[in-house]
Amino acid sequence: MKWTRVIVYAALIILALLFLVPLGIVVVNSLRSSREIAATSLIGWPSHLIFANYGQAWNRFCMAEHCWGIEPYMLNSLTLAIPATIISTLLGALAGYSISLWRFRGDQFVFGLVTLGIFLPEQMKLIPWVVVLRELSLMNTIAGLILIHTVQGMSFTTLFCRNYYVGIPQDLLKAARIDGAGFFRIFWRIILPLSPPILIVTVIFQFTGIWNEFLYGVTFTSGGQQPVTAALIALSAAITSEPIYGEQSAAVLIAALPTLLVYLFGGRYFLRGLTAGAVK
Amino acid sequence: MRTGLTLVAAKQDAGREQGVWRRRFVGVLTELAIWLPLSVSAGHVVLFTAWTTWVSFTASSLMPDYTWVGLRNYWAVTRTANFQIAYVNLVIFGFGFVLLTMALGLLLAILLDQRVRGENVLRTIFLYPLAVSFVVTGTVWSWLLNPGLGLQRVVQNLGWQDFRFDWLVQSDKAIYTLIFAGVWQGAGFAMALFLAGLRSVDADLVKAAQIDGAGPWRMYRRVLLPTIWPIFITVFVILLRSAITSFDLVRALTGGGPGISTMLPTLVVYDFMFQRSELGRGSAAAVLMLLSLVVVMAPYGLYVRWQRQRQARA
Repeated sequence: MKWTRVIVYAALIILALLFLVPLGIVVVNSLRSSREIAATSLIGWPSHLIFANYGQAWNRFCMAEHCWGIEPYMLNSLTLAIPATIISTLLGALAGYSISLWRFRGDQFVFGLVTLGIFLPEQMKLIPWVVVLRELSLMNTIAGLILIHTVQGMSFTTLFCRNYYVGIPQDLLKAARIDGAGFFRIFWRIILPLSPPILIVTVIFQFTGIWNEFLYGVTFTSGGQQPVTAALIALSAAITSEPIYGEQSAAVLIAALPTLLVYLFGGRYFLRGLTAGAVK
Repeated sequence: MRTGLTLVAAKQDAGREQGVWRRRFVGVLTELAIWLPLSVSAGHVVLFTAWTTWVSFTASSLMPDYTWVGLRNYWAVTRTANFQIAYVNLVIFGFGFVLLTMALGLLLAILLDQRVRGENVLRTIFLYPLAVSFVVTGTVWSWLLNPGLGLQRVVQNLGWQDFRFDWLVQSDKAIYTLIFAGVWQGAGFAMALFLAGLRSVDADLVKAAQIDGAGPWRMYRRVLLPTIWPIFITVFVILLRSAITSFDLVRALTGGGPGISTMLPTLVVYDFMFQRSELGRGSAAAVLMLLSLVVVMAPYGLYVRWQRQRQARA
């Protein structure tokens, strides 16, 4: 092996370790007792392995006057992320289909407006959403967050699906229409069966995005209604007086696990969504 | 006989009528399926932007109050220390984060481009921070950088009692910890785009340069990197955009502190809207944020359009 190869590998391995350090430290700390961490430091090997932190973090430790761990918040995040992902993906597929294949007057203009939503910062939408949620009595509910993420998410899902459907030959649609198939039948029988590659990308992109979202969660929900990202911040603010880093490490890991798993098993699709969403 | 015929005709008529109604119903349903989702989605972008912009010109405080006050909110917001610090910070954080992320991303891409073994594993490692919420990574970094618990404590425990690494709690240095955590989070993304670019360069071009005797260094400097320069612009703009809109990271890592030393525009908006309940001023801060985004994105949009036209002509 030439010495340049050695340098390349050495650099890559060192950088990879640097990238892994924070994750590794959280994993190790989740297996140490909080007392041990406070007595030494956040970086160190456990004197003996403790798995109790996970049980504590899941449904026992106290934050903001409630001693139910992060379980309810995880369930909130799930009941938020799963429906919002499915609905926004289906609506995006429908919208992408009507824009790219069905075509109607002004379709490009409408598409432009929809994708502008990607660029618009969330801060511009906070006050209108407060008013809308109040009118619909959805303030401080998971349903309200589902509505927000569905409407917002459509900007991305429509873009993804439209860009994919543009590649489907228009003749296919013409033939189906001559055979008497209508809007819905074509969508159901022809378009959706061709869609799995883009639907996987869209679902993964939406799920990780919605799971990791924080601003809306912290703005529109409070207390027991919060998704797990918002609850984690509340947690670290609440326990500065009495640090419980062991339990907190376990909580952080549990909260990160769903998106980490999605990433590990669908990395290729994750990256494709990331670049497709960004390059626009 | 005659009656029988009319009966058949009447039946046919009724059938046709049913068909007409059915078709009309499906037609309405189709229009609904096309327009309802699209008008909600497009409508919310336009309406919400107009709404917040309008609120920014009104006397709204705790509740929306649509009395026109002109630019008063804008004057008030731009005079606050919060706002001024936030925009100075945005320049420091923005350029520090963007340039370092690009540099590290490019380094990673070039290293990975050397036909190394285990490329997939390495790529997965460099990209995983992107799959995790900033809330999680920001929390972890806040522990590591915490002088009483993290790196400083470790080094002190090892015997160097005088070792200091307390940037997180130093008001003039805390902004750099944001850059650091941001680069760690974003470098994988830059790497992925650069690597895709390097891989898409025409193989003949590379071969021609090799025949001309170009070494690896010359190859990158003279052939590969100049060929993928459009990707540099794309990465630059995307990262700058995420710097302007970044909220979770600063909220989790420093919370804007110590004091207000790591304020960023997003925190200013949030602070005005929900902590001080001054909706008019918060909206003004949001509109100013949008304007700073437009300043970055508009030239890029024009550039992309110009490039597309050039490609269409070519």
